[in-house]
Amino acid sequence: MNTELNLKTLIVKKPLKLDCGKTINDFPIAYETYGTLNEKKDNAILVFHALTGDQFVTGLNPITNKDGWWSYAVGPDKAIDTKKYFVICSNVIGGCLGSFGPSHKDPDTQKVFGTNFPVITINDMVNAQNNLLDHFGIDKLFSVVGGSMGGMQVLQFISNFPDKAKTVIPIACTSSHSSQNIAFNELGRQAIAADSNWNEGNYNSKDTIPNKGLAVARMAAHITYLSKKGLQEKFGRKLQEREDLKFGFDADFQIESYLRYQGSVFVDRFDANSYLYITRAMDYFDLNKQFNGNLSDAFKESKAKFFIISFTSDWLYPTQENKDIVIALNAIGADVGFVEIESDKGHDSFLLDVPDFLSALKNFLDKSYIEN
Amino acid sequence: MKNEFKIIADLIEKDKKVLDVGCADGTLMKFLKNNKNINIRGLEISKDKVQKCIAKGLTVIEGNAEKDLIQFPDKSFDYVILSQTLQAFLNPELVINELLRVGKKAIVTIPNFGYWKIRLHLLIKGTMPITKTLPDEWYNTPNLHMCTIKDFVYFVKSRNLKIFKSIALNNENVSSISDTNLGVKNLFADLGIFLIEK
Repeated sequence: MNTELNLKTLIVKKPLKLDCGKTINDFPIAYETYGTLNEKKDNAILVFHALTGDQFVTGLNPITNKDGWWSYAVGPDKAIDTKKYFVICSNVIGGCLGSFGPSHKDPDTQKVFGTNFPVITINDMVNAQNNLLDHFGIDKLFSVVGGSMGGMQVLQFISNFPDKAKTVIPIACTSSHSSQNIAFNELGRQAIAADSNWNEGNYNSKDTIPNKGLAVARMAAHITYLSKKGLQEKFGRKLQEREDLKFGFDADFQIESYLRYQGSVFVDRFDANSYLYITRAMDYFDLNKQFNGNLSDAFKESKAKFFIISFTSDWLYPTQENKDIVIALNAIGADVGFVEIESDKGHDSFLLDVPDFLSALKNFLDKSYIEN
Repeated sequence: MKNEFKIIADLIEKDKKVLDVGCADGTLMKFLKNNKNINIRGLEISKDKVQKCIAKGLTVIEGNAEKDLIQFPDKSFDYVILSQTLQAFLNPELVINELLRVGKKAIVTIPNFGYWKIRLHLLIKGTMPITKTLPDEWYNTPNLHMCTIKDFVYFVKSRNLKIFKSIALNNENVSSISDTNLGVKNLFADLGIFLIEK
């Protein structure tokens, strides 16, 4: 985390009561925008990021010096066309790129929060981000869109603020985190906790951050973002810069080397405690339960136009879980479209160059905007 | 737009809520939306065709009529359209029941297997008929349950469903079907269009 960077930040004065019962005040939300807000202020799209995303949706991410996480989908002439639309994205609270999170200092004690940071939920995240609308003077967004945890925030947002978006696009997500989802997240959290550097969340000096645990968490999670077929085609049993097996425990196989690399670059940009907090927020997400088992009730106040997208090879948030959202919307006669995109790229499909997905997203947005 | 769609559109009043089951590339949906201010939804099984509907700005759900109609509440549409697809279902009777549960009325069109050219093809050539409306070979046709106009009328009556309109179509020729001309229409129409209600 580079706190010396000049991140755009909104300090929210309005107190926010969290689901855990605590109230936070004067907290920062770090955000980024792309494109221009028009005079009528009717071209704004709020993009929600996934677990390890951040506000740098597209263009160069100044922290990683790599392309933003949704560069395939967002930018000039892309599916979410920044020549047309004003795109806002903020770092979720609990995150580690400028928004209020466990690496911040507790104003009461002047010590880094660590695990003393309050447990936050998807509901808290969207309630915090709603302040951005007031900041920009936007009454109604043209769209709310996001994949994975971003999709969960989309669902929660329109449930909390039924009149604040004209179109709603949850991608590759679920209305209720499954047991399997929770299990994988717990694996990641336990990997972090097993690193002695984690020290119950109290790691302040740079030399003692729980890199190994966080890297293992990332490696395990990364596997869940890909499909078996995609892995087999990309790596198979190919060996890593060697002619034959070495009869040891170095990375003999390319897939091992790939995962180790993914783990090692992740720890440079992500905070272990944030990983705990955000995965917890995902696990607690159960919109069905919020509405006593009737998901339709979450959306019944909204007149928005919904478009739900899933991917054939996504086994983390499979098509059926996305379809359950479609079913709940049809039960109340909502305007809802749905498409399952053919892709071998697993859950990560929404982040990658998948032409059928990108064209569906672009067509839906652009046609809806004309009718706007 | 094909004649069949013009006839279907004429059966529907303005400003209604309509579901097009098996909406293909959305041609009929778009016409209804633009010309009759219909609140239109589509259900389509083919991913390619779903994409075409999205590109037209239409609300479409990728899905299978035999499995996915169940999610729509009773009488949630004024009309449900099923164009030339009934014969392709495993259980056409179940689909008809679902159409009439979801819609207040249903418009069903069927390619008529009693059409004279089809009868002649089978009589003379002795092979499975191939026509403009039934272009596939026996081994690759999606059609599982072909029927004639007469079969469909008998079926609807046997289930005590009401037929509001039955229309015979032969190329550009449109005429109505009645009890007295059923035999003739069954011979000379290549398509039957029915407006039915439970």
